[in-house]
Amino acid sequence: MREFTYHEAADVAGAVATLTRDPEATFIAGGTNLVDLMKLGVATPGALVDVARLPLHDVTELPDGTLRVGATVRNSELAAHPEVRRRYPVLSQALLAGASGQLRNMATTGGNLLQRTRCRYFQDTGKACNKREPGTGCPAREGDHRNLAILGASEACVATHPSDMAVALAALGARVRVVGIDGEREIPADELHRLPGDRPEQDTVLRRGDLITAVDLPPLDAARRSAYRKARDRASYAFATGSVAAAIQLEDDTVADVRLAWGAVAHRPWRAHLAEEALRGGPATREAFLAAADAELAAAEPLRDNAYKIQLIRNMTAAVLGALTEGRR
Amino acid sequence: MTATVPGRALGTPLARVEGPDKVTGAARYAAEYPVGNAAHAWVVRSPVARGRLRDVEVDPTLDGVLAVLWHGNAPELAKPADPELWVLQTDAISYRGQVIALVVAETLEAARHAAQSVVLDIEEEPHDVVLRADHPELYTPDKVNPGFPAESAQGDAEAALAAAEVTVDVTYTTPALHNNPMEPHATIAVWDGDDDLTLYDSNQGPHMVAPDVAKALGLDPARVRVVAEHVGGGFGSKGSARPNAVLAAIAAKVTGRPVKLALPRQALFTMVGYRTPTIQRVRLGAAKDGTLTAITHDAVSQSSRLFEFAEQTAVVTRHMYAAAHRRTGHRLVRLDMPTPRWMRAPGEAPGMVALECAMDELAHALGIDPIELRVRNEPDAEPESGEPFTSRHYVRCLREGAERFGWAGRDPRPARRRDGEWWVGTGVAGATYPAMAQPSTAAATALPDGRVEVRIAATDIGTGARTVLTQIAADALGLPVTDVTVRIGDTRLPRASVAGGSSGTASWGWAIDGACRQLRERGMTGEVVFDSTELVKARGNDGRHAFGAHFAEVRVNAVTGEVRVPRLFGMYAAGRILNPRTARSQFIGGMTMGLGMALHEEGVLDPHTGDWVNHDLADYHIPAHADVRDIDAAWIDEQDDQLNPMGSKGIGEIGIVGSPAAILNAVWHATGVRIRDLPARMDRILPHLP
Repeated sequence: MREFTYHEAADVAGAVATLTRDPEATFIAGGTNLVDLMKLGVATPGALVDVARLPLHDVTELPDGTLRVGATVRNSELAAHPEVRRRYPVLSQALLAGASGQLRNMATTGGNLLQRTRCRYFQDTGKACNKREPGTGCPAREGDHRNLAILGASEACVATHPSDMAVALAALGARVRVVGIDGEREIPADELHRLPGDRPEQDTVLRRGDLITAVDLPPLDAARRSAYRKARDRASYAFATGSVAAAIQLEDDTVADVRLAWGAVAHRPWRAHLAEEALRGGPATREAFLAAADAELAAAEPLRDNAYKIQLIRNMTAAVLGALTEGRR
Repeated sequence: MTATVPGRALGTPLARVEGPDKVTGAARYAAEYPVGNAAHAWVVRSPVARGRLRDVEVDPTLDGVLAVLWHGNAPELAKPADPELWVLQTDAISYRGQVIALVVAETLEAARHAAQSVVLDIEEEPHDVVLRADHPELYTPDKVNPGFPAESAQGDAEAALAAAEVTVDVTYTTPALHNNPMEPHATIAVWDGDDDLTLYDSNQGPHMVAPDVAKALGLDPARVRVVAEHVGGGFGSKGSARPNAVLAAIAAKVTGRPVKLALPRQALFTMVGYRTPTIQRVRLGAAKDGTLTAITHDAVSQSSRLFEFAEQTAVVTRHMYAAAHRRTGHRLVRLDMPTPRWMRAPGEAPGMVALECAMDELAHALGIDPIELRVRNEPDAEPESGEPFTSRHYVRCLREGAERFGWAGRDPRPARRRDGEWWVGTGVAGATYPAMAQPSTAAATALPDGRVEVRIAATDIGTGARTVLTQIAADALGLPVTDVTVRIGDTRLPRASVAGGSSGTASWGWAIDGACRQLRERGMTGEVVFDSTELVKARGNDGRHAFGAHFAEVRVNAVTGEVRVPRLFGMYAAGRILNPRTARSQFIGGMTMGLGMALHEEGVLDPHTGDWVNHDLADYHIPAHADVRDIDAAWIDEQDDQLNPMGSKGIGEIGIVGSPAAILNAVWHATGVRIRDLPARMDRILPHLP
């Protein structure tokens, strides 16, 4: 591990200024991913700016009903929050599907969004990786990619985003509040992460020094009937091989509103806009769910060993939507 | 041999005597001994699978670095029998992940940083890392671990197969598996002058480690002290000296300071052994009534360029079922890969996957219940040696296990039972493991206060051995266990055999029983040293096995292909159970490892780099708590007085043998999908679900 200096941030502006000034500095909050990457030599910051004690650890309700989640709210606290459980069950379920109890007690809302891919090549400095060292290549395409992307990948990178929480946030239409050197701005959660293209080293649209301060959950009627389902290689403590976040609202027999996002299939949480469009105004039947998933999955480009994800996501999407609408038509 | 009169301590569920020390942190593991002025070492491992190391350059501005050792400057070593211990002696790179340099620094962080920063000048050469059944360099080894003939044949298996009414011809593959004990391989080396070396080392037998390290360093073995008082698991990977012991010793020599070296988790995937991948073809021929007429079992596995380790994958088939015509054989190929070694039930664990799944396939082909098929092929004696079994009771395990599990009335047809999203099925498989014993020596000393101290250089790798040995001693002495102290884990104690091959308790207990009885006979005064060598040699090894039967209930999700195992039950005939508490723990530990073998574990090879790409416990999956549901073990009362004074058989490994097959057979029963390439993961199951 490279030696680094450590500062505890006194306020948001100071933290942002420090990072903007020092190209070798990085924020640390829970440290559940960053410290591992530092030990492996994947991340080599010269300075850590600890934001964990900034006053960003509250969940508050705004006058318009938006639930504002501070960036340093711990994953376990957010999952257990009564309003989250009542109004956004998909988010609570996604959080509880992630990692282990110990990790959820440390991991923060902002840090969860910014965790790096678990692609095995990215995590090993002894191997090439365009995401870690641009221009070195992507051995995953020919090598181990059983759990890598089927949607939106590029020649340069087939990594997936590992977060469960981010998939739920994408489905909920959450907004990520960011403070940068030029002030504060909002980014829709499903636009925070980017597809790899030829710049896979850039996970997000954030700029140098940007600090996530909060995530806003807008009021969403459909979210009260929402769920997260995660498939994985063991029963707990494993990253998803595929996941589905869904919220649906029916009027009589037709789909009035639906939100759908998939995890572990792309470089970013995959908001399934095409599938949503296909469902809106139509019947809430298994056939419709499958057809909607197929419409979205038509763009899938699986590699040698990960085509199973198409069937997996298709099945899970129909199962989750089916469970949410069962007996309610 | 006279069986021990049932005593007061044996057979009782005594809790681990060192338990309080472990839960309070008082128990010291290898890297935790407080030695003054210790330096820290970190390994530099090869980034290529084959090549020549030309140079190692280090940034001279790095703080705290005391030495960077490689073949260009490391002390010269004598060649030990195990070439993996001849560390930093040659420019040849034999596999990716091999240690090629060692950084010693003032702190752990400085050592790790320097190791990540060294610049290696390597001339890379093309490598060959993929095991294939048609590899042109396959050969038949002279023998397989530990000394079995590589091939066996009786009758004319080909003709019998050709004439059989029903045949099964199947190939099963198992991937590379990694032992991964909780405590990594670790050593603290402390020199006293030039000739006396103390190693605090995590291993499965201090007396196995000392001579090999002594030989490499040119020392008198008597002057190498190895301490392994508490060991956090081994599963075979710590059965002999590993490179960390020699590396720590030379680092301490060069720097003149005690050196601590704990291997990082990633290094455990390459430097200390693993279970070879296997490709196994099993052919069974049977009459319509289920009588087996022919069995063949051909196994292909790999070793490294450094060392021939030939796993005895097909040997287990020599002990299981009657059939007049039979053949077993092993083929091996030396690849540019790390050296495989022992991993919990080497041979038996993967071998029984192929044999017991093939038996299930045959049962289905014949329309015979899989338990009934096994019962119909129960041999009168060892099928190949003809030696009588000292005790077997396999059929009882099948029958009584079936009773307890609730096998009766099972609909044999696959993919018929559905509970919501879940396909539900059950499976059975047999288990066996040899009941071995090795020579050992123990000392028993009467203390002035009436207590007795027993000394033996055994190791307790987490099994409860120390506790069971205390019980054995207490009964032999006629004392309560609280009046007996057993000291283990140090070469200064009398020589003991390795904690391996499920032979520890039988071996060490035999010596302790002898020493304690003699002490009692002489009126509990003075000291007795008892060497079991002649008694053990007179015993022989043929026909001595533990047996068992595993039963699994499996649920396979129709939406995702995820597999869950709500119930796993093992019924064993493993001699006299000396401590039901630690025994149960051993059995269900083995079954849990078998669950991992069936469903989770796989060293994923990247052929381009020659590396296992999933080399940590986030990516190399073993069962998590949520995977281990209702798992239980039971045993039949078995008296076998031809084994050892306690009448015991080993129980460390039989739990893993057969349990993967029971789960795979249940996956088939649930879904109709035969998984012949382990592990049975969703990507392999989902595309074939009904």
